[in-house]
Amino acid sequence: MTSPSRTPVRLLDCAKTFPDGTRALEPTNLEIEGGATVVLLGPSGCGKTTTLRIIAGLESPDSGGRILFDDEEVTDQPIEKRNVGMVFQSYALFPNMNVEQNVAYGLKVRKTPPEELATRVGEMLDMMDIRELKDRRIEQLSGGQRQRVALARAIAVRPRILLLDEPLTALDAILRERLRVEIDALLRGLGITTVYVTHDQSEAMALGDRIVVMSHGRVTQIGTPREIYYNPANRFVADFIGTMNRITGTARDGVLTTRAGRIPWEGGDSGEIEVLFRPENASIADLDQAHLRGRIATSFFLGDRTRLMVEGIGAEPLVVETSERREFRAGEEIGLVIAPNSLLTLKD
Amino acid sequence: MRRTGTFYIQLAFTLLVCAFLIVPVIMSIMAGVTVNYFYGIKSGVTLRWVFEVWDLYSETIYLSLLISLACLACTIVLGVPAAYVLARKQGRIARMVEELLTLPLAIPGLAIALALLISYGGFREFRMSWTFILVGHVLYTLPFMLRAVLAVLSSTDFRTLEEGAASLGANFWQRFFGIVIPNCRSGILAGSLMVVTLSMGEFNLTWMLHTPLTKTLPVGLADAYASMRLEIGSAYTVVFLIMIIPLLLALQFFGKPPKPRAAVAEEVGR
Repeated sequence: MTSPSRTPVRLLDCAKTFPDGTRALEPTNLEIEGGATVVLLGPSGCGKTTTLRIIAGLESPDSGGRILFDDEEVTDQPIEKRNVGMVFQSYALFPNMNVEQNVAYGLKVRKTPPEELATRVGEMLDMMDIRELKDRRIEQLSGGQRQRVALARAIAVRPRILLLDEPLTALDAILRERLRVEIDALLRGLGITTVYVTHDQSEAMALGDRIVVMSHGRVTQIGTPREIYYNPANRFVADFIGTMNRITGTARDGVLTTRAGRIPWEGGDSGEIEVLFRPENASIADLDQAHLRGRIATSFFLGDRTRLMVEGIGAEPLVVETSERREFRAGEEIGLVIAPNSLLTLKD
Repeated sequence: MRRTGTFYIQLAFTLLVCAFLIVPVIMSIMAGVTVNYFYGIKSGVTLRWVFEVWDLYSETIYLSLLISLACLACTIVLGVPAAYVLARKQGRIARMVEELLTLPLAIPGLAIALALLISYGGFREFRMSWTFILVGHVLYTLPFMLRAVLAVLSSTDFRTLEEGAASLGANFWQRFFGIVIPNCRSGILAGSLMVVTLSMGEFNLTWMLHTPLTKTLPVGLADAYASMRLEIGSAYTVVFLIMIIPLLLALQFFGKPPKPRAAVAEEVGR
């Protein structure tokens, strides 16, 4: 690719109400930096796909909403005028064409001269490592191969923006992992502005320069994967991304007193509070040195580590992970040390 | 081997089918190639009657071909876009239009013909020409084309295919002719064979709408049975069968759902 497109995208006041009255997207402002990969993440029905389709031009925002690519307003342009590349969950490959014809379609529609078309299609086939499949019919391809063809087809037209709608959801776990790595390398290599929709948090973390967490038609938090993970803006984000443990206690004079023990407290709040922490911030300690004491409810041996559900500390059992090799029994008393700087408090 | 009651019931059913479906056809064909039907097949076998039919009625055969092909053209031009629109629109009006277009199937052909005569019989030129019959045939066969194409459209996610094409820069017409039409080819083909077959064999409507100068094959057949010797009528049946059987065979062949090849794909894939 000679000139990567680093088109920034801006959504201004974009809302979407469907004819039946459902509000799929509340008025939303979103800025996507040129050349960045932004992941729209959230549970189904959170408005992420609607947002993507508004950017693509497959849905138009309610009146008042505007979409800008660079400084050009594209709000009233249909998708075929916007020069975007799109990859669908179901791939949407054309069954009446073979692999090569699928990849060439966008260029053909644009009336690209034959020699240039052939070169470009060849480049795409090589880039996605599908040259040996070029004469295959679509129904003769496996899921992973279809996804490669879909990517090649979308990139072949050198779009201003690449849009991916849950591209890995239809694949099995191993293939998903492998293609995720490939897509990541591809996007880094292309440097093209990319919007990626998924409900899978690990996919979002791995691929996104920035993650936009959405819920109920609203953006709840925008940030880098680290910001989102370490400093979730609210309980929804905290629970949706990774696992969160919660305990309640009374904070006073640098100590948080809970029903299961005391933890050093560096936070500013005092009084009755709820604090949250990630499983990896708790470690198992001798009972006499532990901050908190609880009982093992269940343990799951995962191979590289053991996941313990510890009860008697929070209202819900806490999730703790350890790489100790010993066996943990249900009912066993256990001591935990929590890294004080990992404790979070959230307002809502 | 012990034979159960079921066996005898099945045997009786098979024999009944033979008696009423196959035997009459064979008898008809025999009659058409017999020198003299009253003396039976021992009077000799001849193609004389078939040639006589050709001399007397070849006009009707040509007209039937013309009408069925014209009818096919009309149903494709009208039916395919209609099916596309109906598949896209989910509203109540779309369903009503679909029902309305299917209505001619439920109304006796004679009634349709009569309605056409009452409404447009006054236009002399139109009434006298074969296009008058064509209108009736299109009304009657359109639902078949529509249904066949709709079935294919609703079994594929053609909306996403269209969105994919649009994202690659294709405008409506490029999407319609480049993606939608090629991907409902099987439906159009099945519908086409149905339309041609039905149009060729249509008698009810046509009998009411025809003039002495616009006789189609089935109308000619009725004419032959009524006014010619039995051998000629039967030879006419032979001609009709020769024309219609290849169509029916093609219908069987192409009407089958495509073989599922997705299973093969996973094995081929690495």
